[in-house]
Amino acid sequence: MNAVLDQKLKPAAPRRKKRGSFVERTLKTLVSEAERALFAEELARKDGLLQRLDPRVKIVGLLALILTTTLARNFFTIIFIFAVAITLAILSRVPIRTLATRAWLSALTFTGTIALPVIFITPGNVIYHLPLLNWAITEQGITSALYLIMRVETTVTLSLLLVLCTLWTHVLKGLRVLRVPIVFVVILGMTYRYIFVMLDTARNMFEAGQSRLVGSLDGTESRRIAAASIGVLLTKSFYLNTEVYMAMQSRGFRGEVYTLDEFAMRQRDWLALGAFTLTAIIAFWLGRQDSLASWLNFP
Amino acid sequence: MHIPDGYLSPVTCAVLYAATAPFWAIALNRVKRLLNTKLVPLLSVFAAFSFVIMMFNIPLPGGTTGHAVGVGIATIVLGPWGSMLAISVALLIQALFFGDGGITAFGANCFNMAVVGSLVANAVYRTIANRAEITSTRRVVAASLAGYAAINAAAFCAAIEFGIQPLLFQDASGAPLYAPYPLSIAIPAMMLGHLTVAGLAELITAGGVVAYLQRSDPSLLKMTALDAPGENSAEKSGWRGTKSLWIGLAALMILTPLGLIAAGTAWGEWSAEDFSNPETREQIAAASLNQMPPSAPPAGLERLSSVWTAPIPDYAPAFMNSAEFGYIMSAVFGTGLIIAFFLVGGWIAKLMSRRNVGASPEN
Repeated sequence: MNAVLDQKLKPAAPRRKKRGSFVERTLKTLVSEAERALFAEELARKDGLLQRLDPRVKIVGLLALILTTTLARNFFTIIFIFAVAITLAILSRVPIRTLATRAWLSALTFTGTIALPVIFITPGNVIYHLPLLNWAITEQGITSALYLIMRVETTVTLSLLLVLCTLWTHVLKGLRVLRVPIVFVVILGMTYRYIFVMLDTARNMFEAGQSRLVGSLDGTESRRIAAASIGVLLTKSFYLNTEVYMAMQSRGFRGEVYTLDEFAMRQRDWLALGAFTLTAIIAFWLGRQDSLASWLNFP
Repeated sequence: MHIPDGYLSPVTCAVLYAATAPFWAIALNRVKRLLNTKLVPLLSVFAAFSFVIMMFNIPLPGGTTGHAVGVGIATIVLGPWGSMLAISVALLIQALFFGDGGITAFGANCFNMAVVGSLVANAVYRTIANRAEITSTRRVVAASLAGYAAINAAAFCAAIEFGIQPLLFQDASGAPLYAPYPLSIAIPAMMLGHLTVAGLAELITAGGVVAYLQRSDPSLLKMTALDAPGENSAEKSGWRGTKSLWIGLAALMILTPLGLIAAGTAWGEWSAEDFSNPETREQIAAASLNQMPPSAPPAGLERLSSVWTAPIPDYAPAFMNSAEFGYIMSAVFGTGLIIAFFLVGGWIAKLMSRRNVGASPEN
């Protein structure tokens, strides 16, 4: 890599800090991903409502709510589930700010951008004309955009609650209730661990490159470095795989996988399961009521 | 490209889970047979690798950067089945722990990127690289195009999944409940981004990494290039020739609900009753250069129509009162039958070829 970096170096531009090179940007992404996961770990150890529940109840319960959100055919229901999600977050000591920055804002920017044109192009009852452009805003357009945004916000909040309030090892073990084959659970667990090893390896690689870089790279060169870094990471993965396999074999791995299943349902878990089921049933029933569609009235 | 929850209806999600499941099963079986006890560490490490390279900012011409899925390079190094599993595991971790891509939409995301992506990448890479030397430029070109084609095929599938939502799912006031854009908008909008930015990122990743590996570690490219000169070609599997069929099948299955959009009955697919119904008579006339159909159904048609009653008449079983649901279920059922047919066919072909090899020792 050194030889590559030494070639074609241009003299550094006088403190021209544009958006940073691709190396810097990748470094930033790698670090922030790792940080996000570590933050979740911290929150999962707090003492809150969801944290105290059996992971299996959380997985089944929150998934049921996600499913009813996607099934709902009116607004009222989606808002109802959203309110349930926020209540759960407050009771589980998840800072609303975390939800706002990590889920709501990013979902709103992404889905909001996608949903914006819908309010003009959906045919239906015109409720307003944009003054200069004379574009018509329809009732159906606004409803449709709101459906998409609210649904995404609600499901993102629910799935974030699961991860923020559960240790990842427990999430994985809890997947067994969904009949995920045990070999997949083990693969997922190992993958999750190796993601951090690889994030670290990639970060070191980019940091090493960055520290030897004096100028800015041209496009072709940076593409070559990006491809070469992926190539190096791939080669390292193969070595890592061989080492891991040998380590596993030396400990007696013969292809069968066993896990300790220490989860036990207590009274509060059964209560929570009942509450989740009841909420999901109510939400499902509400979601089928087409009469509630007129709940959102336009002038 | 990572479809979040809320964009696709639960029915679409269920259908795509069902469509992906057989591929997962086959992939797991094949990879397990090849790797035996090595399966768990290899898949874990490669899923982690796929996950991490999805984070990389790939510098693109023009100064921007884009993210690659890495399905091209994963297919070239691991083969389509290994890549399918590795990418699926990476996608599940993204959906579960990092909030990229929805949980209900996980099946759809796997179908688009892991299944369709890997199969298309494999078909393109094999067709273009066709027996080229491991270190030849042709392999770099083949890899680049494989990555580009794979991500665009995946985007196209996603666009169709988005595009059929407003047709099938609306609330009482007629407002679309899920992804609101029709096919005429969803396809160009998705493809524009993928034919340019995302496609280029994938092209650069796949081509660049193959070029790098040719110089530094060609052995990694040999696993899926058994037909390259200088290599002992190992036993070819009975599946090799059927891969393009799989791709076609997947595409057809995805496209099936498009049939709902077409108005009226397909030309020439009239039933005996259509000839007596004034409304369908008009339609037939309009589609037949204003030639009015005969007032009575052709005698032969009437006679033959009673000979065979399909078990799933008009693609919609009687017990399913929703036509859309029945249509999609019929597609899944039909596909299942076809897959079963090819499985049996492939098995017979394999048996016969083995017998032929045994009969002619000079081969």
